[in-house]
Amino acid sequence: MANFYRDNKDIENVIDALDLTEVATLLEEDFKFAKEYDFAPKDAADAIDNYKRAIDLCGDIMANRIAPLAEETDLVGNTLNEDGSVTRAPGMKLAIELFGRTGLMGVTIPYYLGGLNMPCTVLTACNDIVSRGDAGLMNLFGLQGIAETINWFADEEIKKEYVPKLVSGEWTGAMVLTEPDAGSDLQSVKTSAYQDKDGVWRVNGVKRFITNGCGEVLLVLARTEPEFSDGRGLSCLLVEKGPWVKVRRLENKLGIHGSPTCEMVFTEAPAKLIGLRKRGLITYVMALMNGARMGIAAQGTGIGEAAYRAARDYAASRKQFGVTIDTFPALRELMSTMSVELQASRALTYYAAKNVDLETGLGRKFESLKGTPEAQTVRARFKKAAAFNKMLTPMAKYYGSEMSMRNAQGAIAVLGGSGFMKDYPCERYLRDSRITTIYEGTSQLQVVAAIAGVTGGLVNDVIADILGEGWSANHPRMTALLAALDEAIAYIKGREDAKVYHDLSARKLVDAAIALVVAALFVKLAEKYDYKKAALEFWLNMEFPRVKAGLEQVMSGYAGSAVDFETLAPAVPQES
Amino acid sequence: MNAKTKGREGGYRCVVCIKQVPDTKKVTGEAMKADGTINRAALPAIFNPEDRNALEAALRVKEMYGGTVTAIAMGLPAACAILREALMCGADEAYLVTDRKAAGSDTLATSYILSCAVKKFNPDMVFCGRQAIDGDTAQTGPQIAEKLDFAAITYLEGLEMDGDFAIATRDIGTGIETDRVKLPALFTVTEKFGELRPFDMRRVMKYKKAKAPVENGGAPLEGDLAIGQLSCDDIGAEADRCGFAGSPTNVNKIVSVVLAGGDYKEVEATDEGVKGLVEELVADHTIG
Repeated sequence: MANFYRDNKDIENVIDALDLTEVATLLEEDFKFAKEYDFAPKDAADAIDNYKRAIDLCGDIMANRIAPLAEETDLVGNTLNEDGSVTRAPGMKLAIELFGRTGLMGVTIPYYLGGLNMPCTVLTACNDIVSRGDAGLMNLFGLQGIAETINWFADEEIKKEYVPKLVSGEWTGAMVLTEPDAGSDLQSVKTSAYQDKDGVWRVNGVKRFITNGCGEVLLVLARTEPEFSDGRGLSCLLVEKGPWVKVRRLENKLGIHGSPTCEMVFTEAPAKLIGLRKRGLITYVMALMNGARMGIAAQGTGIGEAAYRAARDYAASRKQFGVTIDTFPALRELMSTMSVELQASRALTYYAAKNVDLETGLGRKFESLKGTPEAQTVRARFKKAAAFNKMLTPMAKYYGSEMSMRNAQGAIAVLGGSGFMKDYPCERYLRDSRITTIYEGTSQLQVVAAIAGVTGGLVNDVIADILGEGWSANHPRMTALLAALDEAIAYIKGREDAKVYHDLSARKLVDAAIALVVAALFVKLAEKYDYKKAALEFWLNMEFPRVKAGLEQVMSGYAGSAVDFETLAPAVPQES
Repeated sequence: MNAKTKGREGGYRCVVCIKQVPDTKKVTGEAMKADGTINRAALPAIFNPEDRNALEAALRVKEMYGGTVTAIAMGLPAACAILREALMCGADEAYLVTDRKAAGSDTLATSYILSCAVKKFNPDMVFCGRQAIDGDTAQTGPQIAEKLDFAAITYLEGLEMDGDFAIATRDIGTGIETDRVKLPALFTVTEKFGELRPFDMRRVMKYKKAKAPVENGGAPLEGDLAIGQLSCDDIGAEADRCGFAGSPTNVNKIVSVVLAGGDYKEVEATDEGVKGLVEELVADHTIG
């Protein structure tokens, strides 16, 4: 039977090269759960075997049950009924049922709440595979972040009430953040919540662009402290589906049609506070968002995979001028670029996911060791992983989502006129990919999030983490690019208009940093797998000069788009 | 299946007979040996497709009405792979019927051996796939029913329970027949019944470690990780009715037929021409 994991050795290879032994040991807390649960792993090899079986199961369901419905799902979408209920697209309904049975809707959730207690790396691989089959499904499958957030921050009683039902697929959830006037700027959320005379929280307001707002468990960002007009006044509240929430509109979108995007009105909706007041945006939503960004990085990777396969497959059989078109050098370069960038995205995203797991696992271990001599060592490593993640998560989201668009464009280019037609799925890949650079923070915002680590010198630390200290002696091209990056950073800091020029240049710096991190990951993979040697060579010869050109632009000092903006991009004349 | 009807207290004891078969969709030039028998090494071994539907039928009965599901596979120790899969999907217990004496069994001997094994579990309902993709006989299920003196319902597409009765819908080719059948009964199931549910990942994590004694140096594993193992003696099967001794079927010759276009015949595009063509096709049983 077809299987999106077994037919794609890259997924297993990247996971093997990451070596999840330490992650498994941390998350299983030295395999203590095996005493309590007869299915919990006894050692790291057992756990890693389980991880692969979970991804394999996901690959089976996607290849055989869900991907065949993707075209119909795209066509039919979801329907808002007169009574305010939403009828799901056929593939989505089936997927929730099937995945609910498997336990894969709770990959990272602890055993006692019905989950599999597996790493974010496994969830990431599943998201990659899910998105290859139907990108829109990832938005529902990836909503396990709702259960995660409840698990991390809510009271025990709330956890036990909601998490198991989210894991079983009986309920689905939504993160209810965006409003008509609060998109990227969530600090300006207006939806309010107050405690009535009985002490019950009540939520009022309008939310927009809410993925799966028709779900049963809604985590709402609302202003509980009217005296604060910024992020400090926001809390996270759980609202159950009911007559107090009305879905008044389903958005008519360019892509990801399987995912229902709702406009919702809350009227005196009873709610439960998650965690502490005032921490809604600052702590909880940021955590939720980071997880969601990992999900989008994987979604981009999966769409990029689907697009690459469509292109490569077509080119191998399409004949023009008497030969198959995969013999033409220009198309060979295009498809090689697609393939290598796809591999880059996967390597970067899974590596970032492993760091998320280390942060989670080391954080837990530190808590359990508090007061012992070992605690400080663990804490230092925890802090390092956390610092890495602040840079790597947005990098992966930025790179993966941008790559998915490039690959989708590339697939249409390879298929030519056929790719423009609805007979092939390439146009769907392009439509589906387009949202990935926008939601959970636009590419520009990912750059803003990643740049502090880049200018703070973290790139060298990350490479050292991958290749070991002293790596530069063996990798002159990487050393040279890192030197060029450092030079550009120093140059920006020395300028009078440092603030503006820093923002203008940030993307180019992040591009160079990503090129370096990916190169290190490719070096590591090439030690184990021969096909990665070619990918590494391609990367050093094709991607390094490209990002170097960006650094040269930075060094040129040209700031035209900032200072000559009105001339370069004149305002559009308004009708009088 | 929806529980509009009622079951009975204690639910139903279901046995599912499953078979490991070579994946005939992946037939290559090496699929057949020179002597005409299947080269099993050249083909991946899989869970017979319609046996998956049979397992799903049993699991749905258990889910809706309660009871237990026991999976039985007859074959070589390698067949434990599909027994583990059955456990991962939700079967309560699994048994391997394996014995050198069973080697070479045709459908008569196979159904005899399986009927002896099934009898041990005293089931209310037995589920089999309609047919296995390696032999395509569709004989084993009904023959088991005959030996157990159970009602046989073939081509099952839907099932509800009503106390000691099953209400079964079956495909009879020209339509759908609904039967009310008193238990115990045997059902052969087609793909129209519905696909086998995916594995429950927690059961995968557990039952990947399940083994039969033959896979474990002869010693049974402890607890519910043990796959039961039954020999012909264990199930009281008489030696002369098992294996080659109990199989009257002799394969005389196997020919590999490659279908290809050959001669063609032109038919006039008139009513008479088409009529003549149809009559000819009916006469040689191509249609009708």
